[in-house]
Amino acid sequence: MYEHDVIVVGAGGAGLRAAIAAHEAGADTAIVSKLHPVRSHTGAAEGGINAALQEGDDWELHAYDTMKGSDYLGDAPAVETLAQDAPEDTMRLEHWGMPFSREEDGRVSQRPFGGLSYPRTTYAGAETGHHLLHVMYEQVVKRGIQVYDEWYVMNLATSDEPNPKDRECHGVVAYDVQSGQIEGFKANQGVILATGGPGQAFDHTTNAVSCTGDGHAIAYRAGVPLEDMEFIQFHPTSLPSTGVLISEGVRGEGGILYNEDGERFMFEHGYANNAGELASRDVVSRAELTEVNEGRGVNDEYVHLDMRHLGEERILDRLENILHLAEDFEGVDGLVEPMPVKPGQHYAMGGIETDENGQTCISGLYAAGECACVSVHGGNRLGGNALPELIVFGKRAGRHAAGDDLGEPQIKTGYGNDVEDETDVELPVTPGSAGIGTDDGVAADGGPRSASDARSDGGIATDAAGAIERAVERERERVDRLMDRDTGIQHAEIRQKLQTAMTDYVNVFRTEEGVKKALRIIRECREEYQDVYVDDPSRTFNTDLQQTYETRNLIDVAETIALGALVRTEFRGAHWRAEHQERKDEEWLKHTLISWNGGKPDIFYRPVILEGDEKTYEPKVRSY
Amino acid sequence: MSTQQPEPESQEAPTDPEFQGAESSVDEAERSGGDIDQTAADPTDLEGETVLIKVFRYDPEVEAKQEPRFDDFHVPFTKGMTALDAVIYARDQYDSSLTFRHSCRQAVCGSDAFFINGKQRLACKTQIAELEQPIRIEPLPHQEVVKDLVVDMDHFYDQMHAVEPYFQNEETPAIEDLEEQRQSRENREKIKMSTRCIWCGACMSSCNIAAGDNEYLGPAAINKAYRFAMDDREPEEIKEHRLRIVEQEHGVWRCQTQFSCTEVCPKDIPLTEHIQELKREAVKKNLKFW
Ligand SMILES: Cc1cc2nc3c(=O)[nH]c(=O)nc-3n(C[C@H](O)[C@H](O)[C@H](O)COP(=O)(O)OP(=O)(O)OC[C@H]3O[C@@H](n4cnc5c(N)ncnc54)[C@H](O)[C@@H]3O)c2cc1C
Ligand code: SF4
Ligand code: FES
Repeated sequence: MYEHDVIVVGAGGAGLRAAIAAHEAGADTAIVSKLHPVRSHTGAAEGGINAALQEGDDWELHAYDTMKGSDYLGDAPAVETLAQDAPEDTMRLEHWGMPFSREEDGRVSQRPFGGLSYPRTTYAGAETGHHLLHVMYEQVVKRGIQVYDEWYVMNLATSDEPNPKDRECHGVVAYDVQSGQIEGFKANQGVILATGGPGQAFDHTTNAVSCTGDGHAIAYRAGVPLEDMEFIQFHPTSLPSTGVLISEGVRGEGGILYNEDGERFMFEHGYANNAGELASRDVVSRAELTEVNEGRGVNDEYVHLDMRHLGEERILDRLENILHLAEDFEGVDGLVEPMPVKPGQHYAMGGIETDENGQTCISGLYAAGECACVSVHGGNRLGGNALPELIVFGKRAGRHAAGDDLGEPQIKTGYGNDVEDETDVELPVTPGSAGIGTDDGVAADGGPRSASDARSDGGIATDAAGAIERAVERERERVDRLMDRDTGIQHAEIRQKLQTAMTDYVNVFRTEEGVKKALRIIRECREEYQDVYVDDPSRTFNTDLQQTYETRNLIDVAETIALGALVRTEFRGAHWRAEHQERKDEEWLKHTLISWNGGKPDIFYRPVILEGDEKTYEPKVRSY
Repeated sequence: MSTQQPEPESQEAPTDPEFQGAESSVDEAERSGGDIDQTAADPTDLEGETVLIKVFRYDPEVEAKQEPRFDDFHVPFTKGMTALDAVIYARDQYDSSLTFRHSCRQAVCGSDAFFINGKQRLACKTQIAELEQPIRIEPLPHQEVVKDLVVDMDHFYDQMHAVEPYFQNEETPAIEDLEEQRQSRENREKIKMSTRCIWCGACMSSCNIAAGDNEYLGPAAINKAYRFAMDDREPEEIKEHRLRIVEQEHGVWRCQTQFSCTEVCPKDIPLTEHIQELKREAVKKNLKFW
């Protein structure tokens, strides 16, 4: 068993920042990550980091923009913390050597971004995330913080009181991908989940293959509610074969979208008569899919983004990187042919419910970054607001876990008397655990239960070491079972089915019927997963085993997304429902919370907090 | 646990007799030293066809895989397909034990540098239509193979860490003042290319010097040192300290300007130039020659 004060799971921007903060606050800190830190998906971010750095700008304006962008589903204490802390935390990156783009006078540059009232997006070329990730890893190396890289975290080790709010997190169970060895990691002060987004729940995404919602799923099954999971941002211009993002810059420069009949559909079919191609992300995404659904898509799959008319000179001058992307990842020469594009899953606004110190309702368990929901982004994230979230809330979680006093949080977590229970949702199938008498995730893959099963084997796991040993034993048994079986179904087939269902029915268009269909298919996936087996017999670098674990997590996460999408009967932010075309503030100024409850998901709601430190944010129509 | 993979020349003959013909033509290209990175006549020719990939297999634990071998996979071509898409297809449809690292699929995570048709390339950035068939996919040469296409990167990471790869300046402005260290546009431009490295290891694998001298820092680590040494925000003493690190016995003077690293770098970093420039700086500072 390994032992540290603070264990950070994940080494993207959020995890690295959390580790640095915990280390600086004096804790013996270690990072456990399934990827080497520099491989994390933070490296893919292009645009920039929003922070009110300049005179003339003000954190209050940033908070206001963020709240408006969230369609009034962000919690004011979280939004204000983000806006207040972002300037200092962004400047610290500069002090750590981040190669920001510069003005003539040598100061860092900022640029305008969608939904911002001031040009406050701080950037480093078109590779802001890459630089942020590398700079932070450099600081981890400098401090000698221990990194267990290519260790896959399989589960948490928590105590097992009936009410999650009474539980305590003692550490994690992980396996060394290279050797297959399964070990316990004891965390004396706290575990911080920083595992990134769940984009792989969809079959077309700008997210990496590693974005499988592992942190979401293990926190969920341990009893922490997932919040606002229905809010998923889709980006209208991703390349069809890979999901690689083609930036808004192309349309900004005058790129035009055409359907198969060569119609400029944004105008000709009246989707956005004023803004046309430059309408907001969700509007353009829905327009593209309508074209495809009505038979006017190219190859029944995508539309064309054409920039040829801009001329070679202008393209080379301003959009050269786009030419490379189209060439390298789609095999298309943007100078001679239009580029195929379609909407792709891009960002998850929801996640593991935390307060503004990163704490979940389980003591000693924290979450930060895209896997967490504080909630800053509410119904819709503004471009450039995810990276500051990583550094602001990563730092806070690290400090708090290490024992720094950050004051009493205003955001409440967990099931309590401040929540509202749902009564009238009709579900097409029973969600949750597939096996009778088990509460083990999708599992019921034949083995012992997890999280709370210690009760049934007699001893109450009061001491930390005991809880970890039991958790390790469970994972060893699970692995043996998966490897011992030699027939059944392989995870790739289940994953494909799940991803297709999510993209078909829980994407930018959501109808009651469609979402219900998705829930039925997710149920089938769970049942099929009971017969899943790992074909690769080797313990050495067994990615088959790792992906089989990830697929299980994706099933749980996808189900919460679909459940949220079904119960939220309104149109807010990125969540669009065919039958409910309005934002309903009287009814829906509240967060959706889904908790695992031993395998029988509970849905409840907590009112959004619109009261800030000094002012209250009044919901207004979100128009730009 | 690991084995050094065979040199390209000594690889076993393909097992599938059906493709002997195609295979031998590749060998010829290799023997004649020709660049086999030829562009197929017209990518649309491949529409509806299957492509043949030959993938290196090795697993120290599994009896049938202890002897390194190549497996053939026939993969249906789709427009825009990359070498990474092809191995993913092979794994998900034919053999779930086929093992390789990959994550971002967009040339930013640096996980999937393989030896494809005799050259170090990022699989996700390599279009199938641009490769001669059959396509031979192997792990990076000169590195220990862990399994299939996975190599042990520890040595590469050790070299990266050896150059103190972090910014050093004790005198930054007070953070509360929100003041940055000023940097001119020219200086930012100067270090720009060097900051693009994604730690893929392609350069190190392509380098003959690194192959012969295990302690050679290698192009990526020297480039990392360059990135800081040339950054005007670091004080002069630190720059000197950095030059001392790279001009040591296994540092810049080992480079024989063969440009192989520069050729394979997927981020187009002018590695050889950066190494040369550090040599000149070291000379200017009168640092010791090796
Ligand atoms: C193409 C693209 C462009 C973007 N552009 C911008 C932008 O311009 N501005 C902006 O603000 N935001 C942008 N975003 C969003 C932003 O980049 C992400 O939300 C953010 O980087 C996520 O960081 P993270 O630290 O939470 O997770 P990640 O960087 O994804 O890191 C997750 C970490 O968790 C580890 N991990 C996961 N599961 C496990 C497990 N089971 N065991 C061990 N380790 C595990 C992984 O190894 C990894 O280290 C963009 C996103 C994409 C996809
Ligand atoms: S310098 Fe280029 S080839 Fe070498 S590791 Fe960096 S990105 Fe890869
Ligand atoms: S998969 Fe990330 S660089 Fe290729």
